[in-house]
Amino acid sequence: MSAPDTPAGSGLAHLLDLGRPIGDLRPWAAVEVGAAAWVAITERIAAGEADLLALWGEPGVVRLALFDTATRRPAVVRLSCPEGRYPSVGALHPPAIRPERAIRELVGLEPVGLPDGRPWLDHGRWGVRTPLGTPEASSDAGEPYAFLTAEGEGLHQIPVGPVHAGIIEPGHFRFTANGETVVRLEERLGYVHRGLEGLMTGAPIAHAATLAGRASGDSTVACGLAFARAVEAAAGTEPPPRAVWLRALMAELERLANHLGDVGAICNDAAFALMHAHTGALRERVLRASATAFGHRLMMDRVVPGGVVADLGAEGAAAIRALVGTVRAALPALVRLYDGTPSLQDRTAGTGRATAALVARFACGGPVGRASGRAFDARRDLAYPPYGSLAFTVLVLTAGDVDARVRVRIAEIEASLALVDEILAALPEGALLAPVERPATGEGIAVAEAFRGDVLAWVRLAGDGTVARCHLRDASWFQWPVLEAAIEGNIVADFPLLNKSFNCSYAGHDL
Amino acid sequence: MRRLLFDGLTKPPLTEAGPDGAEIAALAATLDAGARAVLGRSLSIRQVDAGSCNGCELEINALGNAFYDLERFGLRFVASPRHADVLLVTGPVTKNMAEALKRTYDATPGPKWVVAAGICAVDGGLFAGSYACLSGVGAVLPVDLVIPGCPPTPTALLTGMIALMAKGAAKG
Repeated sequence: MSAPDTPAGSGLAHLLDLGRPIGDLRPWAAVEVGAAAWVAITERIAAGEADLLALWGEPGVVRLALFDTATRRPAVVRLSCPEGRYPSVGALHPPAIRPERAIRELVGLEPVGLPDGRPWLDHGRWGVRTPLGTPEASSDAGEPYAFLTAEGEGLHQIPVGPVHAGIIEPGHFRFTANGETVVRLEERLGYVHRGLEGLMTGAPIAHAATLAGRASGDSTVACGLAFARAVEAAAGTEPPPRAVWLRALMAELERLANHLGDVGAICNDAAFALMHAHTGALRERVLRASATAFGHRLMMDRVVPGGVVADLGAEGAAAIRALVGTVRAALPALVRLYDGTPSLQDRTAGTGRATAALVARFACGGPVGRASGRAFDARRDLAYPPYGSLAFTVLVLTAGDVDARVRVRIAEIEASLALVDEILAALPEGALLAPVERPATGEGIAVAEAFRGDVLAWVRLAGDGTVARCHLRDASWFQWPVLEAAIEGNIVADFPLLNKSFNCSYAGHDL
Repeated sequence: MRRLLFDGLTKPPLTEAGPDGAEIAALAATLDAGARAVLGRSLSIRQVDAGSCNGCELEINALGNAFYDLERFGLRFVASPRHADVLLVTGPVTKNMAEALKRTYDATPGPKWVVAAGICAVDGGLFAGSYACLSGVGAVLPVDLVIPGCPPTPTALLTGMIALMAKGAAKG
């Protein structure tokens, strides 16, 4: 097809109108464009008219998902690139650089003009190149990685990881510091790359759902939910109302557990163990109530395409009600503890500022975005059932420091407690599962709000009950780069605190 | 803060009884002999994530909360392999982590034990056969004990760790 004309200065909505609508993606608007329109749309994204939600490839095709900030609507733009080359988005819009490095090494498409020639997830250890494109055998001896340089008198480097001192995931941080002050931080990730999307390719839908639930264990409900909703959209399956509400219940329990854990862990990284001890016990109570209600502490594999596989009985509902009471009773004293401890706030207030401009540019989701003025919550802004019929507030702060991220999380704990109450009161009766029809083909896309931000799932069904192709994009993709900027000018000793306040996923990013 | 600390003194502890003795004995029987003399009644554990989804890390971290309080059993997590008796490894061992895992093992002074926790670490789990993964910790290191589960519960982890010490005690 030919590239549509792109008059100079035309707005994003107009550009999208010029594309050829694609009918096989549900439920978002989707257009096929030519290379010129692709570049024009990229320019509009770089100018801030839309957020980049995701960017992914498969052999011969590259796609981007965007969120039009004027119309508040998402859309998918598709560009065919049979020659294996397409105009780089990252050349104009830096948040696309890491996704494009991954596209180049996984799929083998060349983003022409991409300013970073280094690999990202591929450390030269797989024995194969472009595993999601046309796989080619290669060496598995490993390749050296060229870190960016920082030069100046008195600068020294501190390499950290991939094996860290705590019980956390592997990744490498390369600090360049002047004394105690960090001049540059560069992340190197990919250590947890398990080839998840490769394993999903050709897998039966149910097996792929299990894999989606292992993208990031702390967001297993949210990842499973995004994947299930994408499959349902592709197949035209409507999950039963009770399943929709039970999914929200699980998602809010997951959010509660993680936020409680994070608030305590952030304080713990400021050497304030008392908060950690209390929130750690509350978190354990959430997991136990989840196990009583749904049979698994993290609620893995409970959300499946078509519905849920665990029902909520009387005992489970009672456990969750008791839990809400316990957390609600304990929380005010913990908030007072946080507010009333100047030595703690001395560490959190003003530390690790993520500027509003950068957060908006990278479209950071979750508490990272909402602590820096980005008023986006997928539950509200890309409302999916049942959140359209639930009342909840989304706290947005502007300070952008560790303290603001703690406060956003505390507000979200309170909001989730209220949501759990609402969901329990409104929970409809009925079936749990609507089977996904086997011959279903087509593409589906969906987002779900995990505790750390929106996760996006795109899937294409093969028509024989298997997944032809799937892409999962964790919120971390657009938060990790902002962490590099937020540490600048802070002291090395504040990095654990700052890192924990972002709490990006390594596994969800590396897949 | 004073109120919270006071409550801590006056209210009963949350900490629960340890895992069942028979289960520990059964697990201990599966282990290689010879730890007590070296370990005494304590175990320093270095955890290594070799490609886990972080579900295992959540449950390992939960061992530190007031309900399980693992330090009362003489178990503690250490920051460096140089201080460790045991490597607690999770994940299927991604090819990108294999070298780091081996180096961590080499940096751990002997005698040392390797525990593979979670089904991925046992045999690769869902990720066995991926272009980016080996098939479990056994592909890289000699494994002394496996704790299956997805993820293993804190109780299962605790049972496994105590078994490691109990076996040593029987020998000593």
